[in-house]
Amino acid sequence: MNEEVMIGGHISRQFDLELDEIRSRVLKMGGLVESQLDKTLEALRDGDAESIIDIEKLDRKVNALEMEIDEECTQILAKRQPAAGDLRMIIATTKSVRDLERIGDEAERVARMVRHAFDNDASVKAFKGLLSLGEHVKELLNSTLNTYARMQTRSAVKNMRKDQEIDEEYSRVVVRLVDYMKKDPDNISDALDVMWAARSLERIGDHCINICENVIYLVEGQDVRHSDIEEIDEQLA
Amino acid sequence: MNQIIMNTAQQPLVDIVTETYQTSGLPLLEDPKMRVRNANVFYGAKQAIFDVNLDIGKNQVISMIGPSGCGKSTFLRCLNRMNDTIDICRVEGELLLEDQDIYDKKIDVVELRARVGMVFQKPNPFPKSIYENVAYGARIHGLTDNKVQLDELVEVSLIRCGLWNEVKDRLDEPATGLSGGQQQRLCIARAIAVNPEVILMDEPCSALDPIATATVEELIHELSENFTICIVTHSMQQAARVSQRTAYFHLGKLIEVNDTSQVFTNPEHQLTEEYITGRIG
Repeated sequence: MNEEVMIGGHISRQFDLELDEIRSRVLKMGGLVESQLDKTLEALRDGDAESIIDIEKLDRKVNALEMEIDEECTQILAKRQPAAGDLRMIIATTKSVRDLERIGDEAERVARMVRHAFDNDASVKAFKGLLSLGEHVKELLNSTLNTYARMQTRSAVKNMRKDQEIDEEYSRVVVRLVDYMKKDPDNISDALDVMWAARSLERIGDHCINICENVIYLVEGQDVRHSDIEEIDEQLA
Repeated sequence: MNQIIMNTAQQPLVDIVTETYQTSGLPLLEDPKMRVRNANVFYGAKQAIFDVNLDIGKNQVISMIGPSGCGKSTFLRCLNRMNDTIDICRVEGELLLEDQDIYDKKIDVVELRARVGMVFQKPNPFPKSIYENVAYGARIHGLTDNKVQLDELVEVSLIRCGLWNEVKDRLDEPATGLSGGQQQRLCIARAIAVNPEVILMDEPCSALDPIATATVEELIHELSENFTICIVTHSMQQAARVSQRTAYFHLGKLIEVNDTSQVFTNPEHQLTEEYITGRIG
């Protein structure tokens, strides 16, 4: 099913426009959140503490968009009493913008930790160990936004598998950091910051998967939360 | 003319001229109140209903929805032979009420309509008193033996329709003096006074304001504990609110029957989706 099926073709063209507007704003919000994560990874890579300012600016825009989209969804519920695919789109959208906003928050949190390390002359280098995890999370976010834009349930499932790999990578990072803390107890505080940053990146992956689940609900009408991937694969077959 | 409805993926959905088709969802039930098999209805040479198979569950509310002219009212009127009053109308197929063929020549139509009552779009009280409107059916069907019993029946029927407190002091006044919503509830009281098994409602709220509509909807909900109710409605929100099952008709065909919760969140058939999301009307 493509997005035209999901949005257009109402007798009320105004309703088409309203839904289209919501979808455009979600995609715009996705783009901003993606930029936030990009800049966070730049900060990790380059130890550039200044990018936090840009990330905070982006966060304000993301927050404003979240509220605007929620308001538009509320208006549609009140005025149009949507049903079936339209109803699922509104429900999936209000849930997804919440996840997008939280992805932005997590990215900002990582950037703050990098700046904190920078400001305190702590080892910014330790954060570079998260670059690979961060790149994988960035790929997942990009793929998730494409999944939403194209309403593709198959790629939603692929993303879920990618997130499993991210979870495994996160576990390896944690093991490494615990080893490091055991060996160098004096720097436990710095290592904990890195661990929290890793945790934030891993959480971004989880939010991406929530969005993918919303896409499956939107397109197929199936609530696949709390199902394992094999079950979802079977349901979608 | 071969008219074929296409979805956006250009797959044929319903071939309008082909008579064989499959209704999506769950049109059949175990131990239903009414059973309809292969129902075809014609107005002269024009076919209005095509091969409908549907069970109507006991003490359930089923909504019939669909665009104007889709046959939902025609179908509803088959269920108590109201279509008999139209000369050119011909009904084929098997329509059973508790295993009894309602189109059997031996059936007394007046008795059938007492068992399967009807409430119409516009409130149509008789030009009589409020009391007489409710008492009329019971009197002609000889349901009570004396005035005390009749008084009691009128009171109970009006209580069940939530109208008693509003009219108990003016039972002898003309029913036409009541508000639209009160008149419609009076018509429902009149229908239930003869203790029907099924109540058919043909857009019962379309002439009512939102408050009166809410009152009637609440009444439908309460009545469903004791009666089987089939309601034709143009308001999809009303169908969603009052019924357990929803049947979608399109160009005389029963496209889909499912639990109402499923029809309004995730319909099986593309045409149902397009209708309830306002893409066809």
